[in-house]
Amino acid sequence: MGIQDRLIEDVGLREGVSRLTEDKIQKTVNAVIQGETGARLKAYAEICLRCGMCTEACHFYLSHDQDPTYAPAAKVKQTIGTLLANGGRVSPAQIYNMAQIAYSECNLCRRCVHFCPVGVDTAYMMITMRRICHKLGVTPQYIQDTAHSHSATFNQMWVKDDEWTDTLQWQEEEARDEFPDLRIPLDKEGADVYYSVIAPEPKFRTQLIYQAAAILHTAKIDWTMPAEPGWDNSDMCMFTGDFEMMGRLKRKHFESAQKLKVKRIVMGECGHAFRSVYDVGNRWAGWKHYPVPVVHSVEFFWELLTQGKIKLVSKYPGPVTLQDPCNIVRGRGLGDKLRDVIRILVDGEIVETASNREHNLCCSAGGGVINCGPPFKNSRVAACKAKADQLRATGVKTIIAPCHNCHGGLDDTVHKFELGMDIKFLGDIIYQCMERPEA
Amino acid sequence: MYGIYNFVTGPLVWASFAIFIFGSIYRLISMYALAKKKDAVSLAYMDWKFSFRSIFNWLIPFNALGWKKNPVLTVVTYVFHICLLATPILLSAHIILIEESWGVSWWSLSDSTADIMTILVIAACAFFAGRRLYQKDVRFLTTGQDWLILAIAALPFITGFLAYHQLFNYQVMVIAHVLAGNIMIAAIPFTRLSHMFFAVFTRAYIGSEFGGIRKAKDW
Ligand code: HEM
Ligand code: HEM
Ligand code: SF4
Ligand code: SF4
Ligand code: SF4
Repeated sequence: MGIQDRLIEDVGLREGVSRLTEDKIQKTVNAVIQGETGARLKAYAEICLRCGMCTEACHFYLSHDQDPTYAPAAKVKQTIGTLLANGGRVSPAQIYNMAQIAYSECNLCRRCVHFCPVGVDTAYMMITMRRICHKLGVTPQYIQDTAHSHSATFNQMWVKDDEWTDTLQWQEEEARDEFPDLRIPLDKEGADVYYSVIAPEPKFRTQLIYQAAAILHTAKIDWTMPAEPGWDNSDMCMFTGDFEMMGRLKRKHFESAQKLKVKRIVMGECGHAFRSVYDVGNRWAGWKHYPVPVVHSVEFFWELLTQGKIKLVSKYPGPVTLQDPCNIVRGRGLGDKLRDVIRILVDGEIVETASNREHNLCCSAGGGVINCGPPFKNSRVAACKAKADQLRATGVKTIIAPCHNCHGGLDDTVHKFELGMDIKFLGDIIYQCMERPEA
Repeated sequence: MYGIYNFVTGPLVWASFAIFIFGSIYRLISMYALAKKKDAVSLAYMDWKFSFRSIFNWLIPFNALGWKKNPVLTVVTYVFHICLLATPILLSAHIILIEESWGVSWWSLSDSTADIMTILVIAACAFFAGRRLYQKDVRFLTTGQDWLILAIAALPFITGFLAYHQLFNYQVMVIAHVLAGNIMIAAIPFTRLSHMFFAVFTRAYIGSEFGGIRKAKDW
């Protein structure tokens, strides 16, 4: 029991701690705590009553035979709590343990907030720990690679500028077989909708761009995509603790939309990118809310379907269940609209999982955990056992998950726990069932 | 003996209330100053409506998910906190002392009710202690501070109970009781007992974030 017995070898963490000394650690920890934190951290650390009410909240705890070291407050105790108790002076080996907990054993999903009587935000404690790790240069290799990509290219996947536009044109050309006058309008000034995606879409999920273009085209939306960097709304820097870069990313994204004088940004079906844009990155960049209205796909699809801009020729055969992505449901209250959309699209019932809406269990992939890559995959999927049990109990064959990360995470989960379920984006279903204008 | 009694029920009470009041004001003001200096990005989102919405919803037993999932603790902690606050304020022995000094008095509990409430507080403290010893997750979390505040909260009730029932040496017990009461009052601002006032703000803050930014409930 305990982090000592479950250490995972990661070259990013290992190399990182090999460069540390206790002096360096103490200096950095205190610089972050004194420079970047204040009453919030202090109050949380002081008044957490160690009551254990949050324990049951966390899927890591629930999925690991109730191992107490996975409880939210326990993770705080083993990370930032230990730093505070020791005036920031700990050994490099301890930093390794703390980094593993903060990066790979918490999805920052905030379910535990719903359990804590005094309102401690464990996700904030974990992200502060990650901030310290980032400053110490101790980050898991895979996610750090995406953060490097962000700083070099402003996108997460090392997509080169010409590859981006080439990919869009390629998808446009493909789609014109089916929709002869479809365009993916680049850099169109004053468009109603600026459609932004995450870099994995042009990199290896190009059919999502195809589908989005087909839907926007069919709905006759005046839309555009930017030809230049700023198009990627994703944000791994938010999760590594590289807040400077997170701020630059969000500024770039908003400025790219402002330059095109668009009315609003519509984002694809992604959870974390939405969190970065409306909650976290915008603040770092100095916007209380955001300079250009931002709409998540769930809400946008809801508009298209309720306003009759998209009509259906068929319905997707239900019953279905759904994954409430933390970042858009607990994080943005889109639970009702998501269900409205599903009811329109699906012929059959929605069978809810035992924990749903704001109280959903995270898929265990979010918060950058899936982006920590193969070394942490087994431990991540193992932590989804509680979710898998809930999914199995629904007895249905389809999970609708309007979040890329949830998709990735649930894919692995369905496989590992042999659930035999299909996972769908809303876009998949809309594309499949909508009435085509040229048909 | 009488001299000690007079001291602990006289100057020491003034001292502990002074520490409690000025200590609390100091803690609150300095915490606010720190928040203004360092947490502007959090303060900016504070919102009256969502603050009260959250506080209100968390005050209702079994309303929040956390209460629902911890039913036994919920019952115990509500009983504990209600009795903890109500008993000393409405205790006739206390009210008589205040009336003797200041000539003010208010409605009091019957002694037998107060006695039962005292026993409930002591029992709740025993329950909390049991969790800290035997419940795996709570045991892992427990630190010295947690035992300290549990002891500080329990002692005035244990000693008050013993004095009221004249068990052991009454004189000593009353003095021990008053001492324990004074310690509790003075310790509030400087121990985890400060949750009494800081929790209001942390709750309000998370309620504001959830209501204003995340458009979701936080209970
Ligand atoms: C600070 C000055 C305090 C003084 C001077 C004081 C004085 C007294 C006295 C004289 C009694 C009556 C004993 C008897 O019946 O002979 C008493 C009982 C009691 N006091 Fe206090 N007290 C103080 C603080 C507190 C505090 C802070 C608490 C709890 C938070 C408390 C809780 C009780 C309880 C529970 C009883 C016994 C009730 C019973 O079992 O019936 N007291 N106190
Ligand atoms: C008036 C506002 C107060 C509020 C809203 C409040 C709230 C809470 C909450 C939510 C808990 C955690 C649940 C639990 O473990 O039982 C707690 C625990 C506790 N409170 Fe309070 N409290 C207040 C005042 C006080 C006061 C005045 C004292 C004592 C002087 C006190 C003593 C304790 C103790 C000792 C615990 C820890 C129980 C344990 O060991 O698990 N509280 N409080
Ligand atoms: S994974 Fe979610 S529930 Fe668990 S500690 Fe992190 S934020 Fe809390
Ligand atoms: S529920 Fe809140 S106060 Fe209790 S242990 Fe968890 S974080 Fe601390
Ligand atoms: S991947 Fe999905 S479920 Fe998991 S944290 Fe993100 S939004 Fe939540």
